[in-house]
Amino acid sequence: MPPSSTFFTASPHWNWLIICYFFVGGLAGGCYFLAVLIDFFGRASDRPLARLGYYVAFPAVVLSGLLLTVDLYRPERFWHMLIQSHTFRPMLKLYSPMSLGSWALLAFGGFAMLSFLASLAEEGRLRQPWLVRFRPPGLLGGLLAVMGGVFALFVAAYTGVLLAVTNRPIWSDTPLLGLNFVLSAASTSAALLILLASRQYRTPGLAVLERFDRLVLILEPIALIALIVSLGSVARVWLSVWGVALLIGVVVVGILMPLALLWRATDPTMPSTATAALLVLIGGFVFRAVIVLSSSTIRAI
Amino acid sequence: MAQPMGFFTDTTVCIGCKACEVACKEWNQLPAAGGGITALSGDSYDNTRRLDGLHWRHVRFVEQFAPDRVDGRWLLMSDVCKHCVNAGCLEVCPTGAIIRTEFDTVVIQSDTCNGCRDCIAACPFGVIGINPVSNTAQKCTLCYDRLQNGLEPACSKACPTDSINFGPVADLKTLAAKRVGTLHERGEKRAYLYGADDKMLGGLNAFFLLVDRPEVYGLPPDPKMPSRNLVRGGIWTTLGAVVVGLLGLFSFRERGSG
Repeated sequence: MPPSSTFFTASPHWNWLIICYFFVGGLAGGCYFLAVLIDFFGRASDRPLARLGYYVAFPAVVLSGLLLTVDLYRPERFWHMLIQSHTFRPMLKLYSPMSLGSWALLAFGGFAMLSFLASLAEEGRLRQPWLVRFRPPGLLGGLLAVMGGVFALFVAAYTGVLLAVTNRPIWSDTPLLGLNFVLSAASTSAALLILLASRQYRTPGLAVLERFDRLVLILEPIALIALIVSLGSVARVWLSVWGVALLIGVVVVGILMPLALLWRATDPTMPSTATAALLVLIGGFVFRAVIVLSSSTIRAI
Repeated sequence: MAQPMGFFTDTTVCIGCKACEVACKEWNQLPAAGGGITALSGDSYDNTRRLDGLHWRHVRFVEQFAPDRVDGRWLLMSDVCKHCVNAGCLEVCPTGAIIRTEFDTVVIQSDTCNGCRDCIAACPFGVIGINPVSNTAQKCTLCYDRLQNGLEPACSKACPTDSINFGPVADLKTLAAKRVGTLHERGEKRAYLYGADDKMLGGLNAFFLLVDRPEVYGLPPDPKMPSRNLVRGGIWTTLGAVVVGLLGLFSFRERGSG
């Protein structure tokens, strides 16, 4: 007797492309969100760090769109997500996370592009100084940053709800995937910025990012335990190679080891901080891989 | 709108001839899987294995025999899309490819589907699959083209024992209730209807008469709508986003004022 009616469903075969999308999309949203925070609350000397966030976010959101498109069995029809192919009217279902997510990705892409261009202009790489207005502290830049930040968080988090709004084992047996995804997006994004900034942009904001990452890493195992408890008997699926991957790849490599390294690091530019950041990124990727594959590989009864 | 049409499948008279599978494949021009090379499943006489984009009807063979094979029975069931009144696939489809027709059936428009597979994950019965010819999600249409021309679906037309009954859903429910009564009178007290009332996804327009637990036939005992997780999943996710936001504000604000 299977533990849930979800074990009678067929797999959508969402595999590595989707795992990469979940990871890259999380980084895009998370890096943008952190860049907005730095823009609003950081010091002037932290602006290069915020720029770095925007430099990551835009290419990452473009890559996200490409990954999603390539994963379609009919990639040339990607636009059907946004426009009704028969009537050419907008196609939006507020109760379908995939539909809502497609629009959110498009909107976020727009905000990420404006911030990306503003950052290039600020650095003098573009000769259109008016582009700088698309970033705070001005009114227009502030408005765009707030709206972009909201969409960024949405893009980083909605994928967990998308999985929950199915009938597949694990994914639809818990409402806590989105919570775990948003925490993971925050920690991996902070880690990526720390990793990149420790080589190029040694600004004081790095220490703040590192502290932020530490706080999120403390919350992650709590959210993960809550996720496992919420699964009930379905969690037995993880008494397998997936459970080992979750324990070693996510908990040990992605959370406990980086926490230990960050705890002992006195300077955010130390090599151990970069190592911790790299481990967090690996853990975040393994987490998404376990969540997607441990369900996707279950065949219908 | 025409009256809701559907199937009532009486599994007690199915003989496992697979005429429904063949008729469905022929009418809908569904090619053989694996280039036509027969691959035996080793699971009774069932080499179709499951419903998917190439198999819109699937006759399930359940062998219930004692280890010494002295006593036992066969359970045979021709499975199909349930054309749910509340259809999970239709709910999640982001392209509008899945529609409800004037016959209250659920149809995937192949010229609109882009193969995102959200409907496959959303269907509580595992009915939908990708058709490798069109590279779109496909399933039983309840022969929409035949219905539009006043014809009966190919599978029920071909069924030699009337295990598959086609007609207005209201009439089918009356017929099914009568059949359950008859079976009970004859001593088959295990007979019951699966999906005939509106408690299951608002009602299944293709429902079944079974004589064992649903899971024995590969049917979920408690199918649900995918949207059941939308609000509570959204609330928990929003909570997570708020926590991340507050942690960020707490970290950077302190820094900014420092």
